[in-house]
Amino acid sequence: MIEALLNYPLIQNAFLSGLIIGIIAPLLGVFIVVRRMSLIADALSHVTLAGIAGSLYLSQSVASLALLNPIYLGIVASVGGSILIERLRSLYKHYEELAIPIIMSAGIGLSAIFISLASGFSTDLMSYLFGSVSVVSRQDLIVISIIALVVFVFLFLFFKEMFVLSFDEEFAKATGLPSKWIHLLFIIVVALVIAASMRIVGILLVSSLITLPVATAMRISKGFKETILYSIIFGESAVIIGLISAFYLNLVPGGTIVITSIIILFFVILVKKLVLSLRVGRR
Amino acid sequence: MTKPLIELQNVSFQYEHTKVLHNISFSVSEGDFLAILGPNGSGKSTLLKLLLGIVKPLSGEIKLFGESINSFHNREWVGYVSQKSNAFNSAFPATVEEVVKSGLTKKLGLFRRIPKNANRLVRNALESVGMENYMSRNIGQLSGGQQQRVFIARALIAEPKLLILDEPTVGIDHENVQSFYDMLATLNKEQQKTIILVTHDVDTVSNRISHVACLNHTIHFHGFKKDFDTISNNKLNDWYGHSVRKIH
Repeated sequence: MIEALLNYPLIQNAFLSGLIIGIIAPLLGVFIVVRRMSLIADALSHVTLAGIAGSLYLSQSVASLALLNPIYLGIVASVGGSILIERLRSLYKHYEELAIPIIMSAGIGLSAIFISLASGFSTDLMSYLFGSVSVVSRQDLIVISIIALVVFVFLFLFFKEMFVLSFDEEFAKATGLPSKWIHLLFIIVVALVIAASMRIVGILLVSSLITLPVATAMRISKGFKETILYSIIFGESAVIIGLISAFYLNLVPGGTIVITSIIILFFVILVKKLVLSLRVGRR
Repeated sequence: MTKPLIELQNVSFQYEHTKVLHNISFSVSEGDFLAILGPNGSGKSTLLKLLLGIVKPLSGEIKLFGESINSFHNREWVGYVSQKSNAFNSAFPATVEEVVKSGLTKKLGLFRRIPKNANRLVRNALESVGMENYMSRNIGQLSGGQQQRVFIARALIAEPKLLILDEPTVGIDHENVQSFYDMLATLNKEQQKTIILVTHDVDTVSNRISHVACLNHTIHFHGFKKDFDTISNNKLNDWYGHSVRKIH
């Protein structure tokens, strides 16, 4: 493994990307989960798929675009989808959640059309659906690093506003915070992280890397910063264990990372139950 | 004559075609402890939204600290505590300390980080509401009354001159309501906070307040508590219907 890491740049890329995503996905995930937006992440990942499939089709049919990295159109689709979701949410004020199935089906519909135009499933497409340890390019790694930088800058500037907005929207409005703008920026950053994460865990499993570590952290943490810290620890562990096992067992990393997250989640729930029952027993 | 912190002149407001507030005029002076009374649907919450600048009046003028609300920028002078029931997500993973600290957000402004000495400010604010021993507790595990005290501390940490509370005792156990009002009275007397409190039940108007305003789409009475006490129950019935009664 260490030898492979040292000698194969593609595997280096995958590991470095994985380590970055293991931090930013759960970090942003905490805000997504507490704001009850987990399903939006799912919808956006399917819109990203439309961008990826469209790009794969274009690179097949237009010679000059043959080398286009699908991650760019994926990002464009994801960000576009996020803005569209916000527009739809304000259009259906009393049925905000309707925006999610609308955007999700649009994403899957477009993907299906592009996939059939590109004459079916290719190994390339498979790697975008479930992630891959061996096809992450240097360019992907650079894009993922830039997205991570955007996330850090966003949270550095707006952490306290995001906390108020997530905890108590009414209070945010009453104190005159520019909630609308911050929310729009936030959802665009979410779209970027989803586009970045799909290279490693795959489009179908992106939202799990955003939500599962947070779900686990919330079982044991009392405070907000504590929740963020635990989420990152659980997310990062799942990525490392998942990538190593994917490498050795020749499996897709999306599957191994998500199943590792699930195992960690159940383990934490079980340990917490045990500790609680021991405490009760002692009394 | 103390200077008025809030002045409303002939303020009216309507949602689409429903008139909510009609020709409201009154003022609140520094150091007042005003209770706005009114039944459900009388326009109390709308009145507060107008004062907070969340909605704009259809006609009339609102002045805060002598300045028109449209040009008023010192929003941190106004602390707001909403009704507990719909205010926040009780399963939110945050400690009391984190919640109180978040009250500094608007005062600090965008792009500024919470300063290192904030912990001392948090402690002071929590001491004012008698919650200093709950700093590291999870907010969701506190009782309704304790949570409401924490939210007052969150407002206090920004050192507001005026506190606006929207039915703060909804969801608080009956036995804790009295001590809750005692705490507000102390804030009013010892820290010279001007307080506006909205409630829909006259029963909760205790002897701790200085002024009363009776609202049902328009202001039926505004004045000292002692003058309010001379109003007959019949008159209150006229204003509010049978839903409001007064106990002495």
